[in-house]
Amino acid sequence: MVLHSKHLLGLDGIPQKDIITILDTAKSFREVLDRPIKRLPTLQGKTVVNLFYEPSTRTRISFELAEKRLSADIVSFSASNSSVKKGETLIDTVKNIEAMKIDMVVVRHSSPGVAHLLARVLTSHIINGGDGGHEHPTQALLDMFTIRQKLGNLQGKTIALVGDISHSRVAMSNIYGLKKVGARVLVCGPSTLIPREIEKLGIEVYYNIDEIIPQVDVLNILRLQLERQREALFPSLREYHNYFGITRERLEGATKPILIMHPGPMNRGIEISSDVADSDHSVILEQVTNGVAVRMAVLYLLAGGRSETH
Amino acid sequence: MKLTKNVIISRKGFQPLPSSILLKGGTIVDPLQNVNEQKDLMIENGQIVQLGRIESKNFEGDVLDCHKKVITPGWLDMHVHLREPGYEGKETVATGSLAAANGGFTGVCCMPNTAPPIDSQEIIQYIKDRSKGSLVNVYPVAAITKKREGKELAEILELVEQGAVAISDDGSPVMSAEIMRRALEYSKMCDIPVIGHEEDSTMTAGGDMNEGFVSTCQGLNGMPSVAEEIMIARDIMLAEYTDARFHVAHISTAKSVELVRQAKIKGIKVTCEVTPHHFTLIDETVRTFDTNTKMNPPLRTEVDRQALCEGLKDGTIDVIASDHAPHSFEEKEAEYIYAPFGIIGLETSLGLALSQLYHKKLISLEQLVNKFAVYPYRILNLECPEIKTGSVANLTIFDPQESWQVTPAKFLSKSANTPFANWKLKGKPFAVVNNNQIFVSVL
Ligand SMILES: [Zn+2]
Repeated sequence: MVLHSKHLLGLDGIPQKDIITILDTAKSFREVLDRPIKRLPTLQGKTVVNLFYEPSTRTRISFELAEKRLSADIVSFSASNSSVKKGETLIDTVKNIEAMKIDMVVVRHSSPGVAHLLARVLTSHIINGGDGGHEHPTQALLDMFTIRQKLGNLQGKTIALVGDISHSRVAMSNIYGLKKVGARVLVCGPSTLIPREIEKLGIEVYYNIDEIIPQVDVLNILRLQLERQREALFPSLREYHNYFGITRERLEGATKPILIMHPGPMNRGIEISSDVADSDHSVILEQVTNGVAVRMAVLYLLAGGRSETH
Repeated sequence: MKLTKNVIISRKGFQPLPSSILLKGGTIVDPLQNVNEQKDLMIENGQIVQLGRIESKNFEGDVLDCHKKVITPGWLDMHVHLREPGYEGKETVATGSLAAANGGFTGVCCMPNTAPPIDSQEIIQYIKDRSKGSLVNVYPVAAITKKREGKELAEILELVEQGAVAISDDGSPVMSAEIMRRALEYSKMCDIPVIGHEEDSTMTAGGDMNEGFVSTCQGLNGMPSVAEEIMIARDIMLAEYTDARFHVAHISTAKSVELVRQAKIKGIKVTCEVTPHHFTLIDETVRTFDTNTKMNPPLRTEVDRQALCEGLKDGTIDVIASDHAPHSFEEKEAEYIYAPFGIIGLETSLGLALSQLYHKKLISLEQLVNKFAVYPYRILNLECPEIKTGSVANLTIFDPQESWQVTPAKFLSKSANTPFANWKLKGKPFAVVNNNQIFVSVL
């Protein structure tokens, strides 16, 4: 199996075929993770650099584990903020690193478009590990993988993204990916946290959680960025929880079992109550496990299944 | 007959005009004289001495072949950031003036967001000294408020006496309605316009692009069009209340154009300008994440762009001004959210206006000259150059039909931050004449 894309910058620009290829490939890596020996020689001799310009624990660990399990040589680089430091520009930094002969770069940055910028100035394969409020493709792929694993397929399923939609890279990548494979996508949250004209992406917008619960197969509950309160985007955590928090009582409106997902880290008691997060319907920890498998698939396909058409 | 040997060959900076020069075969377009016809033009010692059919056979001086060229009163770009003093790494009065001449302008207004800002007589004098002896006239625009902080009025009467032609806190809005009201009132004493950078900064803080579908897709913070419209509505009302002259800088939205249109119908003293990038590009280009699509006001939607074209056509929009905003390569070659706002425009303005407006039959050559020369001079209460015998020769000469490719390496600006690199344009600057000097464009 090969990818048509040289990079994974987002799910917006990638063909549907590549999404399916990644999900299918991830399935076999997922089986490897249940073996006693989880290491494969697939990326032996390849060098992957993880550039994290934004603090991240779980995404970074997930990528590093995926790389190690494929036997890649890895280097990780953390910087709180590139432009705060005087002197070297981001482009100079990454060109210097590439000059040390590397094969792939995983990049996370608070500015939208940084993965695209790297793809323009470097020759390595670029994987977007989250660029500001733009995209987080591996998170959406692991969400899609988990839904497929639990519900069989994605086509025709109704998936709701709930909560803080504006500037959510998780929401955007999920929307692009899910629409490409024929799922029905709803977003639901306070009107101030839903970006303008998002319905143009072919999705439905709701402001009342109780209206969507009877319709959905999956609730993907997004993390509320707490600083939004200071920006006057919602009045209080109390009101947010009362109207948009997913609780056991609220789920009683369901007409079928609903898969509960969350990209983490969770604000328990705000966007999700503990009894929901820890319930049988919750696949939140399985998402984390699947994240390693999906990232292994992406690394493997970009390194080995390189297409020369780009 | 000498064939322009001095004139055409020397391309290093401004050249003294030969004591006697004949511009042969060009079409003179001067709306103030109601002229649009082929005429030869003789200049002696910087002054127009003869117009009409002039035989070059027995002529002893230099001849500049102007066949297929259009000769108009010299153009004035009333919104330029020359960056001096304070940001000489981006541009200087000298390099900005060369860029202006290269792009077909004989005059520029320089905006006050320098360091220190243009809020004192000393800085105005400094800029005047820097431009002394230049082909390009530099007209400083002074700050409305001290340090451009929006708090206390600058010493406006003194600044005007020293040479300021208008006041503006450009780069920042005047957020206090009270300060804006007093600035308008005060400006009436010296009959200068107040130029507004219209943006309610409480709504645009942290924004990187126009708010709308594209900002949603790109995950970039939006700057809503209504933030501009609110301020224009406010300042139109203040202009009406004070009966002062108010000019909207770089208008960018459909509703803004409509506000100005209605205000003009009511007889309120409001004028406005648009940039070539706003009547050419839309927010869709931000999808590339090219930082040369980042400017303030941001690129808007296609609906807005069409309304700007309509405003140019029906006369609501008086002036085309570039908002030439030079930034160094390393500043612009950064993460999108960290890159500074602004692009350069002096050397692409003429080509874009001809390609996007004249060749698309939205406006005539006369209207073009009005928007690039007659109206900016009128708004600033300055005398517009005219093409008639006895006048000082202050001329813009261009070829409206010549196709060319935008090549930033040929720019004379110190910076090259343009989204129009490699664009093919139809209509090219040829030469400018002013202050007894000539410059032939090297674009
Ligand atoms: Zn401005």
